[in-house]
Amino acid sequence: MEHQPPPFFNRGPAPLVRLMFFVVLALFLMVLDARFHYAEPLRAGLALLAYPIQRVALAPVQLASGVVDFFSSQVRLQRENEALREKQLRLARDLLTFEALAAENAHLRQLIGARERTPRKVTLAEILYAGRDPFSRKVIIDKGGRDEIEPGLPVVDDIGVIGQVTRVYPLLSEVTLITDKDHAIPVQVVRNGLRAVVYGAGDGTTLELGFMATNADILNGDELVTSGIDGIYPAGIPVARVARIERDAAYSFAKISCVPAAGPGRHTQVLVIGRDAKLPPAPEVRQARRTPAKGRRGRRRE
Amino acid sequence: MIDGRPQRIMLPVNVGFMALTTLLALLFNLLPWRDMSGLPDMLALVITFWCTHQPRKISIGAAWILGLVMDAANGALLGQHAFAYSVLAFSAAQLSRRILWFGIWRQALHVVLLLLATQLLMLAVGMAAGGTFPGYGWFAASGIAALLWPVITFMLLLPQRRPEVVDVDRPL
Repeated sequence: MEHQPPPFFNRGPAPLVRLMFFVVLALFLMVLDARFHYAEPLRAGLALLAYPIQRVALAPVQLASGVVDFFSSQVRLQRENEALREKQLRLARDLLTFEALAAENAHLRQLIGARERTPRKVTLAEILYAGRDPFSRKVIIDKGGRDEIEPGLPVVDDIGVIGQVTRVYPLLSEVTLITDKDHAIPVQVVRNGLRAVVYGAGDGTTLELGFMATNADILNGDELVTSGIDGIYPAGIPVARVARIERDAAYSFAKISCVPAAGPGRHTQVLVIGRDAKLPPAPEVRQARRTPAKGRRGRRRE
Repeated sequence: MIDGRPQRIMLPVNVGFMALTTLLALLFNLLPWRDMSGLPDMLALVITFWCTHQPRKISIGAAWILGLVMDAANGALLGQHAFAYSVLAFSAAQLSRRILWFGIWRQALHVVLLLLATQLLMLAVGMAAGGTFPGYGWFAASGIAALLWPVITFMLLLPQRRPEVVDVDRPL
């Protein structure tokens, strides 16, 4: 005869069974997310769930900065005002010549039958916080799908490229910084027009200029700007400056480290640059076969 | 108690208070930190606390869901925190009878090991998914969190402490 324990002793499955269940569920989710990208709807739902908590978390910080702004001294504001006016005057002169040059450029382009460059849509966004995941370099900005942000759009500040939008939620989006491991940008050396691809080194502060021959014409201090051949980044935005070059005859490529020009630590305001409307749609991409971190961004490099 | 100090009889815990403190810890983790090296994972600490003190009242599933929210909010691999937190909740609940036997600083020694194991699990998952090694400084977060263990214990047990009314008729 078998005895069942009375129901008030019954506490469900054993803890180890429960642990196994949740561990398997987590592993399943991780594989689904990393390899097949099927978990995006779930992620978007969870992000929406966390959004009010995040807003509440941001409130005291925003309040504090508001109070600081309110009490910032008049002297400082006056000084800032003067500096801005001076800068505006200086820029106004440049702007006049710029307009003349743009008109001339458009005219010349028409003459040679080249495609006209269209102005891109620019969205001002604010960096809310840095992602807490220690294995990647990401920041979260306060504009999302509602403001027509799309995955893949470049993000810049007033100095240069910061990164690229990699994931879009309705109200927020996630920007992978250029210092993230394997994040790639096509660049051009300002001094001689040499084209290359710059990768994030993964340590959070440096970039690496990959696959340059040991005798490539690159010097310390060379400025790198976006080359624009990928159709995503507009051409000519500063990316980095070459900081250190190691040429070792034992390797076929030189090891070139660069320092990023811009960074998220400087300002909270950034610009998200829209797509070039006249570009043809990108060709269909096959499912990436490489490691997940590379696969997610593989489309850009292909 | 191993160190022979008198132990106070506690009131039963309020589940609403447990939920509130866990939510506050999540809020702490979602504060807009610019630099997060050495920043303690408050949510992991609070989960450890409730799992050691009230292993019946908090389930592994709750830790799992909290981890999932952390993943989604930080853009991490979905399931990375959930995996680590569920293992943390399980081991804290299993070790709870042992841990509570010790004094507060020896409890903290147990907690630092639990949190380090959690970080190692996350590191394994993150590296397997092609992440960057965050540097050894990242592990300091566990030590700092363990230093906060006495503070957390004091604060989270406050509502359970009996009001200290001296009653001559009832010595208890």
